Amino acid sequence: MKQHPIRHPLHSAAARDLNTLPGGLLLADHKQLSTCRPLAASALPQRLIIPMQQHIGQPCEALVQVGERVLKGQKIADAPGNLSAPVHASSSGRVVEIATYPIPHPSALTAPCIVIASDGEEQWCRLEPLRDDPTTLEREPLVARIRAAGVVGMGGGGFPSSIKLTPGSERNIHTLVINGVECEPYITCDDLLMRSEAARVVRGIGVMLHLLRAERCLIGIEDNKPEAAAAMQAAVAEQGLPHTEVVVIPTRYPSGGEKQLIYILTGLEVPSGKIPADIGCVCHNVGTAAAVGDAIFEGRPQIERIVTLSGAGVVAPQNLRVRIGTLIADLIPQVGGYTPLANRMILGGPMMGFTLAHDQIPITKAANSILVPSAAELPDPGPALPCIRCGRCAEVCPMWLLPQQMYWHIRAKNPEKSQAYNLLDCIECGCCAHVCPSHIPLVQYFRFAKADLRERAAEARRNERAQQRSMAREERLQRLEAEKQARLAAKKAAAQERIAANQQVNQSDPKQAAIAAARQRAAEKRARLAAQGVTPQNTEALKDFQQRQIAAAERRRQASSGSPPAPAEKP
Amino acid sequence: MQFPTRTSPYTARLYRVNQTMGWVLLALLPGIGAMWFYFGWGVVINIALASATVLACEAWVMHLRKRPVGPVLGDLSALVTAVLLAISVPPLLPWWMTVLGSAFAILLVKQVYGGLGYNAFNPAMAGYVFLLISYPVEMTAWIPPSVIQENPLTLLDTLRIIFFGTLPAGLSWDAITMATPQDLVRSELELKQTFSEIQQGPLWGGLGGRGWEWVGLWFLLGGLLLLYKRVIRWYIPLSMLGSLFLLATLFHLIDPDLYPSGTFHLFTGATILGAFFIATDPVTACTTKRGQLLFGASIGMLIYVIRTWGGYPDAVAFAVLLLNMAAPTIDHYTQPRVFGHQRKGEL
Repeated sequence: MKQHPIRHPLHSAAARDLNTLPGGLLLADHKQLSTCRPLAASALPQRLIIPMQQHIGQPCEALVQVGERVLKGQKIADAPGNLSAPVHASSSGRVVEIATYPIPHPSALTAPCIVIASDGEEQWCRLEPLRDDPTTLEREPLVARIRAAGVVGMGGGGFPSSIKLTPGSERNIHTLVINGVECEPYITCDDLLMRSEAARVVRGIGVMLHLLRAERCLIGIEDNKPEAAAAMQAAVAEQGLPHTEVVVIPTRYPSGGEKQLIYILTGLEVPSGKIPADIGCVCHNVGTAAAVGDAIFEGRPQIERIVTLSGAGVVAPQNLRVRIGTLIADLIPQVGGYTPLANRMILGGPMMGFTLAHDQIPITKAANSILVPSAAELPDPGPALPCIRCGRCAEVCPMWLLPQQMYWHIRAKNPEKSQAYNLLDCIECGCCAHVCPSHIPLVQYFRFAKADLRERAAEARRNERAQQRSMAREERLQRLEAEKQARLAAKKAAAQERIAANQQVNQSDPKQAAIAAARQRAAEKRARLAAQGVTPQNTEALKDFQQRQIAAAERRRQASSGSPPAPAEKP
Repeated sequence: MQFPTRTSPYTARLYRVNQTMGWVLLALLPGIGAMWFYFGWGVVINIALASATVLACEAWVMHLRKRPVGPVLGDLSALVTAVLLAISVPPLLPWWMTVLGSAFAILLVKQVYGGLGYNAFNPAMAGYVFLLISYPVEMTAWIPPSVIQENPLTLLDTLRIIFFGTLPAGLSWDAITMATPQDLVRSELELKQTFSEIQQGPLWGGLGGRGWEWVGLWFLLGGLLLLYKRVIRWYIPLSMLGSLFLLATLFHLIDPDLYPSGTFHLFTGATILGAFFIATDPVTACTTKRGQLLFGASIGMLIYVIRTWGGYPDAVAFAVLLLNMAAPTIDHYTQPRVFGHQRKGEL
């Protein structure tokens, strides 16, 4: 496929000429529930259960042992390679256990965790603040600091940020997009972060701009967060960040999707199967920007994050600053506990989050929100009816797909056909299911079919490899056989050659000639004797007594009979 | 604390099938009221007959398929079929024909294919065509609006006519039934009358057939309500009415004596009803935007062709059924461009 012609954004429209997102939904945002209370620190829990892998990539291995005392910010698990992020202790205490515990996962998986019993002293390890202005430094030491701080994307992806900040020299990045959209209902952690700590976010953006050598930075914020936008604008002005603009975009779900936000702000479409860097954009969440700033300027690792606790199922919804590894159950009392209405627990938002079966699950770097809704807030959709092909799903799809066509093909157990409708471009935003009058769980169908397609692709790859192996084996056997034949033929040829050579040698070999001469002589002698009438008896050389014995035996033979003894007759 | 697990999204759903169907039924009411006014109680009796039949048929099929009956009857889709069929057939049609048509629509056009969402053809229109082909005389005998106003038939009279075929004293079949304006125009044109002469006749109103034009306008009101409530989209109605109007106007301008005007085509027969309530049936229509435009425009064109040069008086049912067949193909060739992809055909 040809690359999209890149309409260079700097030379065309100003950033404020926003591109409207075709599709998407205007949802009741319910953000007021939690924004009405300020950001607060969460209490130090007695136990921190820190999953060793909180990123996409290679799993970490523990660097500490059970019984060891750890300091706040100390690296406790790491993995070799770039596609990983180390994990740090979020408070001081003693490692009491390294074992598997439930982690935030849609399938309720367990994973290795380091359990720390906090000692309440909050004693920090030694941090190394940066003395120089980061913009005077080279990329490598800065990226190394970000990696060492274990910074991963805080928008939910969990992708190590250091990698996204080193897009490679072949990709020319012109725009850094900062995602402060937070389009999911209920979630307000980014809103509160921008309102209360805009300076922290903006200093991180400055570092990112420097690392990417981007020409400009666009900070996208939905118009339902005017306080956040104002705070960010003020911070950008105060820090004098060049070519950086806060862009207020209309509230519409899912404007915060990476591809959607880039499209809204720049008019560029990330081609299917590519990443934003391929079209010169890099997108980071505001929380990630703040974490990058902390890592660069203070050397502080990513050991806490802001979490929204909201919904009618908790008494006083609020945003809390939470140490990574704190159990959800330990946070609930800090927002007043559950109300009798608490009906479900969702990690993330109501559109894309996943439900948790219980609250004994630790907060990770990517856990942005814990939603405890009532049954009335997020009611059960009830049993699905048949699809009536109304096409509402296609109207709201932000990827401009035809969800109902994909659905029919999945129902017909034909995921290849649904891929022909570009199923793999689906971002699982949930808009289609939200508007479906038949209440069909479309996203679930799509997830299932995508997994199926991936499995089939893997299977196809395996089959191809097996076929290649089998063909290689066939080829090898044929080659070996041919070699064997060749070897045999060569051997045969060599043998024949040797015989021929031997015959030649015979004629010239003196020993053989001597034997031949001796045979010749013997034959001549026999002929001579025969001519004289002598039958050789070989008795000439015998001793006297032997001669006598022979003569006696001869005499006995002649005396007993005139003829030799006949064999016994048969009766 | 333990919680049940579900899959995303968890939001309250915006729409429901029975709510959608309910709006369609509601939007039909103004037009039905107008039909009752111009054509009498027969319309109401037909609706009752057809509704009872479709509900009984669906319940029976669900019983055979060992499925719960409640949710299927509750989706109201069968009632929409029943009402559409009942208002398409002549108001004094013998009762068993209405019942037969409804049963055909539900059993052989809808449920045999698997029920709601699986049928390829619009059940109401298939039922209508089934009756039209089987009983062409009865199916083309409409009451002229003037008759009802001059000799009002009571509910009881109408019931007697529909169930027993007995007419009130002093009335004859010839007096109370008449061809539709569509039929009339066709036969008069064949008798070498010009269109403007025909328009002077007693059956004529301002826009189309007398009475019919008002029925059309009230259905238009209902259709606008559906558009406003976003139960339907404008693509099919507008492209269908537009192509029919443009074609008719074109020929009318070429020869006004021979070809009726565009407004005549819009406000006679089932044009408005078809544009907003029949062609827009989501199950059997196209689903892509461009596909719907093509679908609607093709129906409009076919209506004109069949009305003008075909053998049947009205053409909405045939045009819709023909395009129902083409809908999957049209959908296949009108897929929208997907985000991050080139348009089909571009490399």
